[in-house]
Amino acid sequence: MVLVFAEAIKGQFKKAAFEAVTYGYKTAQALGSQCVALTLGTVENAGALGKYGASKVYNVSGDSLANFDSQVYTSVIAQAAEQVGAKVVVLAHTSTGKSILGRLAARLNAGSVAGVKSLPDLSGGSFKVAKGVFSGKATAEYEISSEIKVLSLAGNEIRPEESGSEVSVETLNVNVPAAKVKVLEVKRQEGIVPLPEAEVVVSAGRGMKGPENWGIVEELANVMNATTACSRPVADADWRPHHEHVGQTGVAIRPNLYVAIGISGAIQHLAGVNQSKTIVVINKDPEAPFFKAADYGVVGDLFEVVPKLTEAMKKFKAS
Amino acid sequence: MKILVCVSKTPDTTAKISFTNDSTEFNASGVTFIMNPYDEWYALVRAVELVEKNGGTVTIINVGDASNDQTIRKGLAIGASDAVRINANPKSSLYIAKQIAEFAKAENYDIVFCGKESIDYNGSEVGAMVAEFLDLPFISFASKLDMNGNTASIERDIEGGVEMLEVQTPFVVSAAKGMAEQRIPNMMGIMKAKSKPFKVVEPVDFPDLSTPVKYHLPEEKGSVKLVDPDNMDELVRLLHEEAKVI
Ligand SMILES: Cc1cc2nc3c(=O)[nH]c(=O)nc-3n(C[C@H](O)[C@H](O)[C@H](O)COP(=O)(O)OP(=O)(O)OC[C@H]3O[C@@H](n4cnc5c(N)ncnc54)[C@H](O)[C@@H]3O)c2cc1C
Ligand SMILES: Nc1ncnc2c1ncn2[C@@H]1O[C@H](COP(=O)(O)O)[C@@H](O)[C@H]1O
Repeated sequence: MVLVFAEAIKGQFKKAAFEAVTYGYKTAQALGSQCVALTLGTVENAGALGKYGASKVYNVSGDSLANFDSQVYTSVIAQAAEQVGAKVVVLAHTSTGKSILGRLAARLNAGSVAGVKSLPDLSGGSFKVAKGVFSGKATAEYEISSEIKVLSLAGNEIRPEESGSEVSVETLNVNVPAAKVKVLEVKRQEGIVPLPEAEVVVSAGRGMKGPENWGIVEELANVMNATTACSRPVADADWRPHHEHVGQTGVAIRPNLYVAIGISGAIQHLAGVNQSKTIVVINKDPEAPFFKAADYGVVGDLFEVVPKLTEAMKKFKAS
Repeated sequence: MKILVCVSKTPDTTAKISFTNDSTEFNASGVTFIMNPYDEWYALVRAVELVEKNGGTVTIINVGDASNDQTIRKGLAIGASDAVRINANPKSSLYIAKQIAEFAKAENYDIVFCGKESIDYNGSEVGAMVAEFLDLPFISFASKLDMNGNTASIERDIEGGVEMLEVQTPFVVSAAKGMAEQRIPNMMGIMKAKSKPFKVVEPVDFPDLSTPVKYHLPEEKGSVKLVDPDNMDELVRLLHEEAKVI
């Protein structure tokens, strides 16, 4: 059995949950097994996970599941894994998934791989999955030898695919321990796709000269429905908020499209963005190292190029 | 306060990565190694600051071979009180965590710090595993941590925001950017580090359940397609028709 923990935020599934169920379903098919999903707390429309391949959806509720505590979540998911006889447990590689993966592995005495980006390779009777290592500078195939395996799926790696129909939701009886972590407040920016989930990212660097010039970046991001990001010196100088900092020491992202404006392309910056499917670089220096990592390049002054690109995007969206 | 900080040694952030032995092993030759930035800049410095303010000790732990000693000494120079190295050549996160937990369980640390992730294997796993082995709360990606008696007030990074929480010692925490400012060890710190206690302990037996067996370098990007800065319609067209990303 493959068990997928389908994470919801404020009762709603994110794309990551559908990706994880799709991955779980495909893994189960390869193993000649079935995929079941687990939801925790109050979740709207849990049965919809059936569309992505879950043959059953289980729910566990309890007061201490309202906020995230890795100990409580781990205990509940581990009990569920034992009850359904899970051989593979799939999480999304989100802040929640990352906080549980290691705990579950220790708890279930399972081999784990964090941030997998391939379906399991079962050739020769082994179980191998690939993940990015060295901050995206390479990929490694991991072989898991334990009976139970725990995986977290990297974001934007596979597209959610509908293969079935809604299923009913069953309550699973497990012991929900009390939380030791007391969550006081959760502050989330509303209406913005968080960077790790974003499919289009518009990012700018020191070439912007100062925070007062970010209007043109925001306008471009707006027409492209993109999330904004920045290089590290920009965040360090407080031109932009820290959560926008991408790179080796910031957020690692893998959008479909990354537009880099006035960023030189230092190796530590590339480490966090080089898994983007398509990279566009706008820089006035034709020797900027970023051009070597780019699919499309525009050599020019960003203060002229970016407004022109925004106009062209507007025209495209309107057509 | 009694604090344990888990530190790992990683290739420098500018290191060129390559592999040997039919792409089954990382090629360390010519690579400069550093202390994992999250462990050094954030976890260790915050631990040292807490002890400077509230009294106590900061112990550094590393699971690795003798080639890690220099990295560990740097941690002592930054201000840790003592260090222990579990003498092993680890191949999996669970193995590392088991060694750390075995050492820590008899010591009753108030806080076990680790970094958000190691910049080589990028697992974000070891901290959570140590917490589970020790049956302690685990707070990941903490960007701020203040102590008030036995209560820690913590801010942690989540997708698109932050979460504010409280937890009582003992607990395990992983440190992200924002928790502290990098410290450069000074001459006095480096001198003092030489006489600080540094123990080497043999590992307990534990299997590797998940190990890298083959590495691949990314395919070289084809050369960049340059678009005329006065023709952004062309860029939009390429993104739509060729790259199919808009
Ligand atoms: C351990 C370590 C970790 C690091 N981690 C990160 C990380 O996670 N993320 C990160 O981003 N950096 C990181 N760095 C910093 C990194 O090395 C670079 O210093 C940084 O990425 C440079 O930022 P930048 O490209 O915005 O600025 P610069 O390097 O100053 O580049 C500015 C670019 O803008 C261009 N430009 C200027 N004016 C214009 C104009 N009018 N029109 C068009 N182009 C223009 C210039 O040609 C130049 O290429 C790290 C460094 C270290 C040592
Ligand atoms: N060999 C090691 N020895 C001690 N601590 C380690 C070791 N490897 C990883 N860690 C700690 O675990 C954290 C997360 O590492 P990882 O799970 O590899 O991403 C690191 O930031 C370190 O604090």
